Amino acid sequence: MSQKIMVSFKLNGKETDVVVESRELLIHTLREKCLHTGPHIGCETSHCGACTVDFDGMSVKSCTMLTVQAEGAEVLTVEGLAGLGGGGDLHALQEAFMQEHGLQCGFCTPGMLMRAYRLLQENPDPSEEEIRYWMAGNLCRCTGYQNIVKAVQYAARKLRGEAVETSHPLMADTH
Amino acid sequence: MIPRPFEYHAPRSLSEAIALLNAHGDTAKLLAGGHSLLPMMKLRFAEPGHLIDLGKLPDLQGIREVGNEIRIGAMTTENALIWSELLQTRCPLIVEGARQISDPQVRYRGTLGGDIAHGDPGNDHPALMIALDASFVLLSEQGERVVPADGFFLGTYMTQLEPGEILTEIRIPMPPSGAGYCYAKLKRKTGDFATAAAAVTLRRTGDTVSDVRIALTNVAPTAIRATDAEQALRGKPFDESVVAEAARLAMAVCDPVEDLRGDVEYRTAMAGEMVRRALTVAYSRATA
Repeated sequence: MSQKIMVSFKLNGKETDVVVESRELLIHTLREKCLHTGPHIGCETSHCGACTVDFDGMSVKSCTMLTVQAEGAEVLTVEGLAGLGGGGDLHALQEAFMQEHGLQCGFCTPGMLMRAYRLLQENPDPSEEEIRYWMAGNLCRCTGYQNIVKAVQYAARKLRGEAVETSHPLMADTH
Repeated sequence: MIPRPFEYHAPRSLSEAIALLNAHGDTAKLLAGGHSLLPMMKLRFAEPGHLIDLGKLPDLQGIREVGNEIRIGAMTTENALIWSELLQTRCPLIVEGARQISDPQVRYRGTLGGDIAHGDPGNDHPALMIALDASFVLLSEQGERVVPADGFFLGTYMTQLEPGEILTEIRIPMPPSGAGYCYAKLKRKTGDFATAAAAVTLRRTGDTVSDVRIALTNVAPTAIRATDAEQALRGKPFDESVVAEAARLAMAVCDPVEDLRGDVEYRTAMAGEMVRRALTVAYSRATA
């Protein structure tokens, strides 16, 4: 049995202490110890990005970080996204993925949302090409990406304070 | 997915890191961005008993201009390279190369030093560093030594790094203004290692190539420099036939492995094509 280490970090704004083996991956700690099961595991070769969380202002694949590396870090998962504006309303990105049909099975969605969250902090007005390039670390099997691009554009407009309207023909009348 | 158990260390100084490295010998591995090492540990290809995390050493990060050199801390991340104004204006080849490495998340963690020290022929920085005539600073208990990139890569996953040494800094001679550059990379998809890639730096006088460096990625057991191809260009007017001859000579030094990216002939031919494209773009970017 290898040594156990106490690790303290801030998870969605809340001080969190966990005791882990040094080999424990951050994704497993988040899911199994912190019971934040939004971040998912889609691969074991660091490609899919389903485990993406925001970590000290970076989008990281939490399957490729050790929990012990999170000592003192600020971690934001999809569970913390709705609370960001205060009040628990959906974040603009969550609303956008819903309005633009940017998800189907929902397995990549938590990682997509967290990656898009950081992308829009860094580039509030990305072109379509920039969205595709800077979201390339996240795979999706369902959507074909098209509506994810539209969702990120929708959220970008909303976050910039512009009027937003869904591009989806069946959704236009319902919100 | 699950690595073997190991002991984790997070030294707060370089001397502490070196002491740990010496104390644990070849059972220890340095942990940088962790985006090559942890994947290998998750598949049990690597099973170190000790991980020495360099993540708490701010001295190893940063990009600065010192005299006529650009000095980059080994723990500087790929995204930091891409977003560096100094590199964008003075050494855009690194930016162009780093933008073709992996994906955004990996680039927040993966470091320049780790990409180099890993010694994987699939990595892009080794060839970029050879094309830029970079040198690497290696620190041990005995002090520092500085070795050129050209010659640093000895074999697949093997470099001149000795036990007890840490790659601390990458030094790049400031590219002269007007120098042309290009990194041409063929890959199956975003985030893949190259089927073949070519890094080129080039200076021209009128329509003549006054100097050129060519290095190739993932078409041999290490990144390789194509010196015969360079020689065929140096002092010659830049035209299609001299470029074709350079591409042919570059292909002659290729020794790729056959894998899912293609067979030996295909990858060799693609190395030639990447050389042709990189030379053409580098020449067009150079000012006479």
